[in-house]
Amino acid sequence: MGIELAGGPAKEPGLLLDVRGLTKVFGSLIACNHVDLQIAKGEIHALLGENGAGKSTLVKMLFGTLAPNAGEILWNGKQVRIGSPGEARRLGIGMVFQHFSLFEALTAAENIALSLDSTTPISAIAAKAKELSQSYGLPLDPGSLVGDLSVGERQRIEIIRCLLQEPDLIILDEPTSVLTPQEADKLFETLERLRGEGKSILYISHRLEEVQRICDRATVLRHGKVVAHCNPRQETAGSLARMMVGGDVHEVHREHPDHVEGAPLIEIRNLSQAPKGPFSMPLKDISLTVRAGEVVGIAGVAGNGQGEFFDAVSGEAVQADPATVRIRSIDAGTLGITGRRLLGAGFVPEERLGHGAVPGMKLSDNMLLARHRSDAKAFLGGGALGFIRRDAIEATTKRVVEEMDVRKSAEDPEASALSGGNLQKFIIGRELDRKPSVLVVNQPTWGVDAGAAARIRQALIDLTRSGSAVIVISQDLDELFEIADRIAVMAHGEMSQTIPIQGATREKIGLLMGGADTGAH
Amino acid sequence: MLESILLTIATASTPLLIAAIGELVVERSGVLNLGVEGMMLMGAVIGFGVALTTGNPWLGVLAGIVAGAAFSILFAFLALTLATNQVATGLALTLLGVGASGMIGEAFVGQPGVKLTPIYIPGLTDLPFGRLLFGQDPMFYISLVLVAGVSWFLFRTRAGLTLRSVGDSHTSAHALGIKVIRIRYAAVAFGGACAGLAGAQMSLVYTSQWIENMTAGRGWIALALVVFASWRPTRVLLGAYLFGAITIAQLHVQALSPNDIAVGAGPLWFLSEGGRWLLSVLKSVPAQFLSALPYLATVVVLVLISRNRRLTLINTPACLGRPFVPDR
Repeated sequence: MGIELAGGPAKEPGLLLDVRGLTKVFGSLIACNHVDLQIAKGEIHALLGENGAGKSTLVKMLFGTLAPNAGEILWNGKQVRIGSPGEARRLGIGMVFQHFSLFEALTAAENIALSLDSTTPISAIAAKAKELSQSYGLPLDPGSLVGDLSVGERQRIEIIRCLLQEPDLIILDEPTSVLTPQEADKLFETLERLRGEGKSILYISHRLEEVQRICDRATVLRHGKVVAHCNPRQETAGSLARMMVGGDVHEVHREHPDHVEGAPLIEIRNLSQAPKGPFSMPLKDISLTVRAGEVVGIAGVAGNGQGEFFDAVSGEAVQADPATVRIRSIDAGTLGITGRRLLGAGFVPEERLGHGAVPGMKLSDNMLLARHRSDAKAFLGGGALGFIRRDAIEATTKRVVEEMDVRKSAEDPEASALSGGNLQKFIIGRELDRKPSVLVVNQPTWGVDAGAAARIRQALIDLTRSGSAVIVISQDLDELFEIADRIAVMAHGEMSQTIPIQGATREKIGLLMGGADTGAH
Repeated sequence: MLESILLTIATASTPLLIAAIGELVVERSGVLNLGVEGMMLMGAVIGFGVALTTGNPWLGVLAGIVAGAAFSILFAFLALTLATNQVATGLALTLLGVGASGMIGEAFVGQPGVKLTPIYIPGLTDLPFGRLLFGQDPMFYISLVLVAGVSWFLFRTRAGLTLRSVGDSHTSAHALGIKVIRIRYAAVAFGGACAGLAGAQMSLVYTSQWIENMTAGRGWIALALVVFASWRPTRVLLGAYLFGAITIAQLHVQALSPNDIAVGAGPLWFLSEGGRWLLSVLKSVPAQFLSALPYLATVVVLVLISRNRRLTLINTPACLGRPFVPDR
């Protein structure tokens, strides 16, 4: 194992960025604890770590949106203080954000103009952006409204915006989490070309095979501390994972039966729906049947109708024809969420805070809120008066917390006080506790650390073993390959036929994700 | 008579237009300031008082602007710096404005005010309908310049683009290094200045006296106009004039008697029989309905032109009313 812990870093020639002892404290949490990071000119440097390891905090300090409490940053050998993103840009640091840095109601050109300090007219910026996008083979229409674009297209805007500033160091935060495998390949080509031009790249990811494929060196963070500097090509995926997690990662085991002969528990028939807003997808003639004892995975790049599909299945968007959605052979298309839950279905939406749980409410209140209608007998007393039975609710909350190993700091904390992974475990546990015959989950492990993700996946598999049907919508192909029996792909609001996992390859799924052939079998 | 009716319409519409165009800028930056009514009243009473004591209406106008802006900074400090709930803070500002202006203005009640005189350009103003184009009070022209200026600023300048971006997503703007709070302060102050100006117009042009609570809900109309106009300046102009026109028209209808029509004053009623018939129909509906007509008609028209949901949503500032707290 090529682990060399950083001692006092010696002055090295050719270093573009030299970070020494950078520390950031939020209250009692040390998000970054004396972090050292050296990036040479013309290298692709990986920053590895689990969620919450301090990667984003470190990057925010490098880009000037957070001020460090201690430590120094040397740029080309000179000590600098980066007080704002503008200063970072002037130094030559560019950033491609993972989320939240484009304006949906503005055009691509306007978005690009906003990050340039110059007073160049927008038409000139649009022309320059177009030219640059063509030379890098990243097609882009400067006049299009960002809200109308796919996630891959949005990322291209971010990359072009970054390149227009002619940076020496480009920071990419989880760039492939929203891309199809083919789009990711295209991105890697671009990155390698940039490296060839002498630019440095800080590549943040928790996908090990990518890091091994394109990165020259890696810095691994765990709990805010640097645990290793290494050459990822000399490591195995397993050794890198151990450095990130600090132990072995529990692997989910699943044997896939050749075919499932269980009863159809949820049937979706010819589901079509017009777009609900300017930035929403239509649903086009979707049919899907899931039987008892199987997991069907829905793959697809974010924003291809998965959210709309989830809403239609869960009853957040009620259908006109009752037969569109059938739960346990009962027409449920016109029923709302509670009606469908009463038929034995459970739903876990994508957004944990604000959709799956009320951030400012205690776990027990969230439990009551989700289940007071579907479990009125257990949670409410006093007949028509509907008194709240706190003892029953608290007992259920406690059971879910123990069952799913939810780690919390207080007896009954507010939902927002839990980490993403623990809250997700709680929300999924809340549904599992009802022993649903149908469970529909949207992005079950998005932004969840590896340990919690494994726990959640195992719970979903255990549920199918007990004879339930599960639909998992996920952007994470690894996850789907791990737990699904069949995979369908959504692209532009259409759903492909399901592919049995035995016959599915990443290439095949990837092509479908790009919308290459939505009718394929 | 038609010319004088049109002139009153312009005078009635101007304060709505000025206050609404200011609030439009505020809301485009993502801030909802419900204190327009309060800021207008502060502008009206301070403007009136300064004009009365100095004898110079222009100093009154200036004082009205400053009073409105200063009052809005109070809102900005609470809602932006301390990130309080914007709806509650705006309501509090209106309540405070109503009370404070009444107290300040107690000495001014019943005093003859100083009137801002209409402009007069020899030759041009004397032309038929010349007073409409070349003989109105300066506030009328200022309001039109404001609409054109705001429209140009928002959609043709980089600063306007930045302001719109802050209203669309303050997290993205912050990530790009745009000073979200600073821009919102500026927008709120501009909105306050406009509301103050609108108030001063009311106490120096429209009525030229101070009456307690004299804005009579115009601040709320201005707020509604901004929303119904889907945050577009030209539609605010249309909405303000529609509201002003119907307000004046229904007042005239309520005051008219069939005799007036028989006298045949003015070109509107040259067909005296038709006029009589129309009047009898209008008189047969309750007066309350006529009083409500401006509100109804403005809402109906602006709703009809906002049918394109896509365009409306694109123009809606996505961060409207959401407090922004940057992490440090």
